[in-house]
Amino acid sequence: MNGTAIHHYLAEYHRREASNNTPWLQEQGLAALEKFRNNGLPTTRQENWKYTDIGALARTGFITADARHNTIEHHRLDAVRIKGLDCYELIFINGQFSPTHTRLEGLPAGVMVESLGRSLPNPSATVREHLNRYADNDNYAFTALNTAFLTDGTLLVIPANAVIEKPVNLLYISNRQDQTLVSHPRNLVILGANSRATLIESYIGLDKAEYFTNTVTEILAGEGASLEHYKIQQESERSFHIGSTHVTQQKDSRYVSHSISLGGALVRNDITATLGGNGSETILNGLYMAGDRQHVDNHTLVNHLQPNTRSEEYYRGVLDGHARGVFNGKIIVHKNAQKTDARQSNANLLLSDNAEVDTKPELEIYANDVKCSHGATVGQLDENMLFYLRSRAIDEETARSLLTYAFADDVIRRITLQPVRDRLEYSVIGRLPDASLIREFV
Amino acid sequence: MPGQNEQVENLVKTEYEHGFVTDVDTDTVAPGLNEDVIRLISNKKGEPEWLLEWRLKAYRHWLKMTEPRWAHVHHEPINYQSISYYSAPKSKKTGPKNLDEVDPKLLETYAKLGIPLQEQKMLAGVAVDAVFDSVSVATTFKEKLAEAGVIFGSFSEAVQNHPDLVRQYLGTVVPTSDNFFAALNSAVFTDGSFCYVPKGVRCPMELSTYFRINASNTGQFERTLIIADEGSYVSYLEGCTAPMRDENQLHAAVVELIALENARIKYSTVQNWYPGDENGKGGIYNFVTKRGDCRGNHSRISWTQVETGSAITWKYPSCILRGDHSVGEFYSVAVTNNYQQADTGTKMIHIGKNTKSTIISKGISARHGQNAYRGLVRIGKGAENARNYTRCDSLLMGDQCGAHTFPYIETRNSSAKVEHEATTSKISDDQLFYCLQRGISEEDAVNMIVNGFCKEVFRELPMEFAVEAQKLLGITLEGAIG
Repeated sequence: MNGTAIHHYLAEYHRREASNNTPWLQEQGLAALEKFRNNGLPTTRQENWKYTDIGALARTGFITADARHNTIEHHRLDAVRIKGLDCYELIFINGQFSPTHTRLEGLPAGVMVESLGRSLPNPSATVREHLNRYADNDNYAFTALNTAFLTDGTLLVIPANAVIEKPVNLLYISNRQDQTLVSHPRNLVILGANSRATLIESYIGLDKAEYFTNTVTEILAGEGASLEHYKIQQESERSFHIGSTHVTQQKDSRYVSHSISLGGALVRNDITATLGGNGSETILNGLYMAGDRQHVDNHTLVNHLQPNTRSEEYYRGVLDGHARGVFNGKIIVHKNAQKTDARQSNANLLLSDNAEVDTKPELEIYANDVKCSHGATVGQLDENMLFYLRSRAIDEETARSLLTYAFADDVIRRITLQPVRDRLEYSVIGRLPDASLIREFV
Repeated sequence: MPGQNEQVENLVKTEYEHGFVTDVDTDTVAPGLNEDVIRLISNKKGEPEWLLEWRLKAYRHWLKMTEPRWAHVHHEPINYQSISYYSAPKSKKTGPKNLDEVDPKLLETYAKLGIPLQEQKMLAGVAVDAVFDSVSVATTFKEKLAEAGVIFGSFSEAVQNHPDLVRQYLGTVVPTSDNFFAALNSAVFTDGSFCYVPKGVRCPMELSTYFRINASNTGQFERTLIIADEGSYVSYLEGCTAPMRDENQLHAAVVELIALENARIKYSTVQNWYPGDENGKGGIYNFVTKRGDCRGNHSRISWTQVETGSAITWKYPSCILRGDHSVGEFYSVAVTNNYQQADTGTKMIHIGKNTKSTIISKGISARHGQNAYRGLVRIGKGAENARNYTRCDSLLMGDQCGAHTFPYIETRNSSAKVEHEATTSKISDDQLFYCLQRGISEEDAVNMIVNGFCKEVFRELPMEFAVEAQKLLGITLEGAIG
């Protein structure tokens, strides 16, 4: 199975080679491809993929999306945009940059928000220096694949001491095309010292299309920089989504991630945060909701390399139908990282006997003066709370929905951007029975 | 801080208290492993044909297996051909009829270890089946147990006297092909303990065995099988110490527990094998497979362990909660000092309805010690109303040590309630200051705090063991102030 998949992607690579207009990147691309050829796609025999079988993905011969595939009817965009959100916006259709829909008016001076694809032929020194530097092509097969196929995505560069108040919204939309497509969006985010920004990555699938999104985001947070990062995954119910975020943090920087996974048939989110500077801080919030036969896997790795670093992780999952949820949170405190404070919590709500949840919170600690803790729970709705609601004449189904919503909202409530919060609350309620009734309550 | 570290250095250097070698003629087979060696072991023990076949099947399977690599431990490759697989004290040939006939040197060894062999009759309440290397040398309190109908003795005796029972249960909890070390054990095990508690019997005393590795270069492969029939109760104690030796010695034991309806087994261990010197030289490799099967409804199995010894510990006492309403418990204190490594934990496999499990694990790492908790809680599809509570805490002493947690939680039933909590910290300066301020020496304060940290586990140990465990902990951690 793996041999066929490797063969397929190698053939795809060579098919596209002719159109390659970025010779300077070719060497890195080929090196990544070679890694992919040697390592292949992960199997459940590998510890990091123990609970996620990507057989179906490996068996599908996805065609690499190209410029021909960036068509969408204009009116459909309004439906996917976040209502009431004043933002800078880049739109990609099937991974292809769509300049006509882009909104970038009034960007502060020096701030760079643009299509990475457009900047590749004549790259700036920043792009050359940072691209493919924070991504881990050795241990993440899909990241290597992304690097090999790197053609487009977003470049966000915030200069030192700059603050952009408006969030940058990246909309990655996939729709139905004649072929089953794969896109490999690549985002590079560089925050200069003491800068501040908010980044939203939205992945949205339309038309119940079948496709594969293999996305990689590389982030460097400079000294004292602060990034609030949202990843909203609402891919179509027949799609595959594999996404990795590789974050490197310098002294006193702060990285906050909100990863919300609602869509997709097979989803895997990887976040690797490296606290490489004294006093840096990482906060990871996450929510995954899956029903039917969805499979959602969230892996996070927090590397405390330096002293006085802090990390906090809060993930919640709701599993219904035949869905399967996987959580693996790993915290490594290296020898030097004294005075580390690391906390992690994962709570899961199992609503169906056919659903499954596999959770594995891990701690690896090599320093002694640290405070680390993790907790994981799997349970169901509280009988007493249900009784309370029912005794007040709320029928069982509505009561269940209400409590499920409250459970999920614990993560959403941590989101500071009101329009994003509203959108997510709307989407979460939409998944529950008696949605209209619930909306009256909350 | 530097001054404190120096103090640590001095105090940690306390020599291994139980390090000495007893000079006894041993009947040892030349190192190496092949089918002939297995036939020889089986022949020496006068085993029936089926057991030999069972061993050979395990051996053939073992040849196809590779050593597991996933544990968070590092060691030099083990040469299985350089180990001698059989060694027995010669005096066994005639067999001692009573304590007086036992080789006085052995008795002396036990006396040094503080095993109350001589005083047993007075101390009543503890029957010791002492395993010296691979063959039992003395078994006491047989009569009292026989009166109750309890069969307790060496594994070899059981094979001779109760072959049907052995055949019925052997390998049903840990199959020969279970894992690399269990397969090896199945092929070459020499002796161990066997216990059968008949229906409705509450075993009249705590059963205990002292294992001791003595002959140099002899891997010891113990096999223990305990069966608690319907409505019975048994508490089994296992404790071990080993003489100081430079070469690494391999110990790959298998323990199988079977609890039928309404039965309860309590299995306690204090493990204090030679951990190697302060440079990480020598020490025992302790690769053990322990598993209990709660086969009947309302059955209950508890594992309590205090692991202070061994260079490497690789051990996961587990419970298969097959019967409805069955209960599995795991209480553990694992201490790693100097260059000791421990990868230990448990598996709780919930299959029956209304099953419950509790896991309390306390890990203490000092100096270069590496301590990992690795556990699995699996709630099967049919395990309605299953409940698990897990708590693992780690205490770090010294800036070179490591504490790791790898819990796996797999849930396939929506009525399950699973909770896992883990914390890692060092002894806080506030706690130390509080004690010092009240005139308690630093040493005593650390001891007190560590004992408090482990109290939840010690409470589960039978009285005699709890005392020994506290003492051991004190000796192991002497001076290791973080």
